[in-house]
Amino acid sequence: MVEETKTADVGGIGPEQDLTAVRDVVAEVPPGVVAQTLGQYVRGYVARIRAGESGVLPVVVAMIAIVVVFSVLSPVYLSAGNLVNLFQQSAVIMVLAMAEAFALILGEIDLSVGFVGACGAAITVQLIQPATTNWAWPLAIVAGLFFCLVFGMIQGLLITQLRLPSFIVTLAGYLVANGVFLRILLFGPFSGYPNLLGQSNNLHLIYQLMWGNIDPTASWIGAAVVVAGLGAVIFLGDSRRRSSGLVAPPTSVTLIKIAAIAVIAIVVVGICNVNRANLGTLEGVPWVIPIVLAVLGAWTVLLQRTRYGRYVFAIGGNPEAARRAGINLSLIRTTGFMLCSFTAGIGMLLYASYLNGMSNNIQGGQYVLYAVAAAVIGGTSLMGGRGKAMHGVLGGLVIGAIYNGMYLLGLSFEWQYIVTGLVLLAAIIIDAVSRRGSASGSVTRV
Amino acid sequence: MAVAVTQEPLLRVREVDKHFGPVQALYHVDLDLPAGKVTALAGDNGAGKSVLTKCISGVYQIDHGQVFWDGQPVHIHNTRDASRLGIETVYQDLALCDNLDIVQNMFLGRERLRTGLLDEDDMERAAADTLKGLRVTTVKSIRQPVSSLSGGQRQSIAVAKAVMWNSKLVIMDEPTAALGVVQTRNVLDLIKTLRDKGLAVMVISHNLNDVFEVADRIAVMYLGRLVVQDDASKFDRQSVVDYMTTGGSTRSGGRDKDS
Repeated sequence: MVEETKTADVGGIGPEQDLTAVRDVVAEVPPGVVAQTLGQYVRGYVARIRAGESGVLPVVVAMIAIVVVFSVLSPVYLSAGNLVNLFQQSAVIMVLAMAEAFALILGEIDLSVGFVGACGAAITVQLIQPATTNWAWPLAIVAGLFFCLVFGMIQGLLITQLRLPSFIVTLAGYLVANGVFLRILLFGPFSGYPNLLGQSNNLHLIYQLMWGNIDPTASWIGAAVVVAGLGAVIFLGDSRRRSSGLVAPPTSVTLIKIAAIAVIAIVVVGICNVNRANLGTLEGVPWVIPIVLAVLGAWTVLLQRTRYGRYVFAIGGNPEAARRAGINLSLIRTTGFMLCSFTAGIGMLLYASYLNGMSNNIQGGQYVLYAVAAAVIGGTSLMGGRGKAMHGVLGGLVIGAIYNGMYLLGLSFEWQYIVTGLVLLAAIIIDAVSRRGSASGSVTRV
Repeated sequence: MAVAVTQEPLLRVREVDKHFGPVQALYHVDLDLPAGKVTALAGDNGAGKSVLTKCISGVYQIDHGQVFWDGQPVHIHNTRDASRLGIETVYQDLALCDNLDIVQNMFLGRERLRTGLLDEDDMERAAADTLKGLRVTTVKSIRQPVSSLSGGQRQSIAVAKAVMWNSKLVIMDEPTAALGVVQTRNVLDLIKTLRDKGLAVMVISHNLNDVFEVADRIAVMYLGRLVVQDDASKFDRQSVVDYMTTGGSTRSGGRDKDS
């Protein structure tokens, strides 16, 4: 008899227990794990935030504050044209931050992402020049990203096989890549400034990555398909758990989640489908949005739903435990650095498209700092073991929103650096404080 | 007692030597670990308890001697060999990932897949069953991160992780060293549950309270030799302390092997 009542506790908190019980479930238990009703879910979430485990909430609050401040100061800030522009500016930082996520979750850092990615993008831009090699764009992109993979592999092997600190190896990689990048630019007729101007289809397509728009009707259909697909996955997953007796969030919470995704999709497509041109037409969702979403989706699945991703987190959390579990640390770490460089290649290709070419005054070093800042602002820990691809997107949006706003206000670059630096500092403080807050609830967190 | 003598022990270690350079860490060690019994391995610091444990679990390889598993001679070259036989070790540092939840930790390195992706639901059910079977009922949710668990709960999860894989021998290194009274109670109950399930359990401990509370058999090491092993009822506190500190005892408990 005694046993029976004991085992009933395993599945979570029974519905008869009230507020105090929910609050008892300290800090780090996600609300979806213990709540049976919407009310409990909300209370569990509040309790969690109070205990310092705030999730993405600080970013969202910061985002709202930034938007409110700048929209008051600048009337055009919330115009459709500027919002789309803001997203295009943020996209590069978002993708670079998702690249950095691999290194950060592993408990490492990659300082080379900016220039390694820039090398890949420069290779692509050079290879499609009609006056020289005139490669087809898919081949040129593959070649550029392949360079990034190899560069990441060399760095990964140096870090894992010679046991060098990633900080130093990637700092060296940053300098080497910077030099290689400048050499690559010198080839061809443009001597330092290969661009995407010209009549070639290949040039045009790379230009479209950032500046091309999807037809408004197609935008709605695409968004509907994405929302329906995501909604189905979430709903079916949750109801399967409910029906097989596992702990799952209540149906109302599941539906609210899906509704939130639908609302975001409608707002984004609605804004993008406004005609943004002063003369003529400029409307529809820019290509860059599905590109960023594709990277986000792929890396979210890889990190959250595959063995590989699980091992990345395990190594970031406790490498010794991972080793004893039979995980090949060197392999996972090296491929982590390869994926980091690979993703950086995608990000800087978008940047090349944004700039309509490549030039020798690209600030690859600055972009590394933005990438790390964006990931940390989004909620990825610098200490390893905690992070998501989504954090890079949210953090990138925050940095882009600040940048865009200050640009509209006509503030000079000095101020943009200072404010971005302060935002990074604030993010790290939140990271540190939330870790301390949750540490009080646990026994062995050093 | 009669059962333990007539039945072939699950693990039999005979005349095992191990040295590191000039240092002889194990000297002609004989040890029996019968199934369904808790064997406590006692000894002062440097007596060779850890080395012996690591030889059994495949971290070190023995220099001389023989190991029998279920009566068959075996060679344990590495930890994977040990796992394949059904030997799992719970080290003092537990080797859990704080950032992962209980299910993720229990399946670390042996995740179940469905169409190439992690089958979280299946793993969650299996982990819940294992914990229920071991009567580990103090955790609120098996989806909470290990960092939010108490020391005793973490120990329980580490043990559950070890026994999940049809293991037949579980070796625990100082399982109660860092625990409070209630948590120690829970872990000792867990050890008894393992024994009742028919597993062989070896517990390394300095704590004589725990040793006498939980052990069916006691083995004592002294300066690299296993000086005595017998049923726990043959010992009292003083005799165990004598064996640990001098390698012998003038009291009635136990029988000397080496002299």
